[in-house]
Amino acid sequence: MKLALSIAVLSVLLAACGEKPQALGAVSKDEAAYKGTGKSFVAGGWKQGDRISWESQLKARMQRGQNDYSRMN
Amino acid sequence: MARMKFICDAERCIECNGCVTACKNEHEVPWGVNRRRVVTLNDGVPGERSISVACMHCSDAPCMAVCPVNCFYRTDEGVVLHDKDVCIGCGYCAYACPFGAPQFPSQGTFGVRGKMDKCTFCAGGPEVNGSQAEFEKYGRNRLAEGKLPICAEMCSTKALIAGDGDVVADILRNRVLNRGKGAEVWGWGTAYGSKQAGQPGVAAPAGVKS
Repeated sequence: MKLALSIAVLSVLLAACGEKPQALGAVSKDEAAYKGTGKSFVAGGWKQGDRISWESQLKARMQRGQNDYSRMN
Repeated sequence: MARMKFICDAERCIECNGCVTACKNEHEVPWGVNRRRVVTLNDGVPGERSISVACMHCSDAPCMAVCPVNCFYRTDEGVVLHDKDVCIGCGYCAYACPFGAPQFPSQGTFGVRGKMDKCTFCAGGPEVNGSQAEFEKYGRNRLAEGKLPICAEMCSTKALIAGDGDVVADILRNRVLNRGKGAEVWGWGTAYGSKQAGQPGVAAPAGVKS
């Protein structure tokens, strides 16, 4: 009787222990783009994981690909 | 690095829809969803103008403000992304967005609204960079591949410019000074010049009206 009672009490007390958190703002952290994909199918001229080289490569790519004045003059 | 930004130069856009097609192809966007589209103002009237519109990754994004489940987040580069595992497809963001960027695929019977889908600035989502899961939910992560958004890179007239905000502004300023017109950049003030929530306004490029 005691055992059954204690099981019943414990099951009530521990009922919420398996509950998953439901807090708002559960946005998982995204990996920074400069860290790369770890694959070889990437643009050349930068090192994956190196923020500075990633930024300078993107800026150079912008000038080369989108600024036709600088390309033609 | 400054914030990532889009600009569409209305003097150059020829309404070819190359950006729309490139985006759909690159990310294998489903039927009924267009992350980017071309809008023509005064269609058929002499002097009509076209602009390519998608999520502008606003400085003070209204979609982030209204989302009841807080599924949006902003990367270090200023790209506004969202987590589809958290999104409940309520559609509040679609009402809040001044650019009509959020899209909802019809899923299941009776066209039940699915998870929100929008332009990611080709930066994927919260999944591991370049993973299959990321591609299936958000499309290709070109930024992590050291590339720029496909819509801008594929633009035949270079009307659509994407990338570091400072470089974007420099390119457009140079064009405006050379041709002596076309300083109006639609959407710049709305997306990047907002003074809501006490944030400092972001000035349009010098010589450029927003």
